[in-house]
Amino acid sequence: MDDVTPYIVLSSILFTIGCVGVLTRRNAIVVFMCVELMLNACNLALVAFAKQHGNLDGQVAAFFVMVVAAAEVVVGLAIIMTIFRTRRSASVDDASLLKY
Amino acid sequence: MSPAFYVLAPIMVLAALGILFVRKAVHAALLLAVVMISLAVLYAVLEAPFLFAVQIIVYTGAILMLFLFVLMLVGVDASDSTVETIRGQRVLAVVAGLVLGVLLATGLAQISLGAVVGMDEANQGGNVQQLANILFSRYVFAFEVTSALLITAAMGAMVLAHRERLTPKATQRSLAADRVRDYAEKGTHLGPLPAPGVFARHNAVDTPALLPDGTASSLSVSRVLAARGTVRSAPALADDIEEVQRSLSGLPGGSGSAADTSAGSGHNTEQGTGMPASQAGEAGLDDLAHAADGPDPANAADPDGPDDVEGDR
Repeated sequence: MDDVTPYIVLSSILFTIGCVGVLTRRNAIVVFMCVELMLNACNLALVAFAKQHGNLDGQVAAFFVMVVAAAEVVVGLAIIMTIFRTRRSASVDDASLLKY
Repeated sequence: MSPAFYVLAPIMVLAALGILFVRKAVHAALLLAVVMISLAVLYAVLEAPFLFAVQIIVYTGAILMLFLFVLMLVGVDASDSTVETIRGQRVLAVVAGLVLGVLLATGLAQISLGAVVGMDEANQGGNVQQLANILFSRYVFAFEVTSALLITAAMGAMVLAHRERLTPKATQRSLAADRVRDYAEKGTHLGPLPAPGVFARHNAVDTPALLPDGTASSLSVSRVLAARGTVRSAPALADDIEEVQRSLSGLPGGSGSAADTSAGSGHNTEQGTGMPASQAGEAGLDDLAHAADGPDPANAADPDGPDDVEGDR
């Protein structure tokens, strides 16, 4: 029987890369993409564990993560567009009006 | 362990690392597409055919296309700045990422997952059917709440993306009135802008129109091309024009004027006899244009040319 450990390792690598991306990138859209990468990594772990334990709960959880990610992306991109319209910039550093 | 994993895992890790390092957001989106499609294949390997389809349709098809749409709206060349606003933030972020990676690695090393049960029993009667059984029994409340979430998200996106029109919409009539007012007050040219490629060697859009004094008109080229820096420059155009003039003057002059004129007159007479008047007129105009080119020895030295034109008419 094949092992699911490599999938978990891959999932944690992707999650780490997405995490570093969120922390380092300045463009809000790329930051969003890195969040998506982290969600996808979690999905991979969920599906791998579903196979490990032989029940479908993990796949249902991954399905719900996808639905919530879709909703989150829609609202988040609309917010980014609104900020871009008013400030002409998609950089996360420029939206610092609350600081002053 | 299936070979698909060993093929796809390096690709996925490289593409994910690429998202960290590419400067343009569009490239990051395409690399994310690579990761997501590879992930879909891994779902299929992990015996989750429904999630394989959903991953491709929802993630790659819908979410990523949404990303690309917003990138087009925001501006494709909105690349990242490399300026650090918080000093040492990038180094700290990489260190934090490494710490997280080490934490996950040690955590994974501590556990042993044991024998894999596999999905054969759970997927009995079809993966989609079994998923539906669970989704509409144990998870039915979460499923219904999801519908509320989706409706809220759609409403939120509509409200955020909606913009009230503050000024009346510009009609053709108002645009024309504005144009004439500009002409009356500031003397702006009333007609259309010069088209690219007019009086130039190429009729391509990146070739600026030439003004009567030989300089290129910047008005005739789209400012997008000017911003990209792909407009052909005026000196290159001047070289081209010189080259064309040289080839035009060189061709008839080099081979000998007598043979050329005889061939030309023969051509003209043939057209004059066989062709309808309009085409003959065209040929005459062509000759006139050649004569107007100036230092063209063949036509300048040929006294029959203009006579032929007159005769044709």
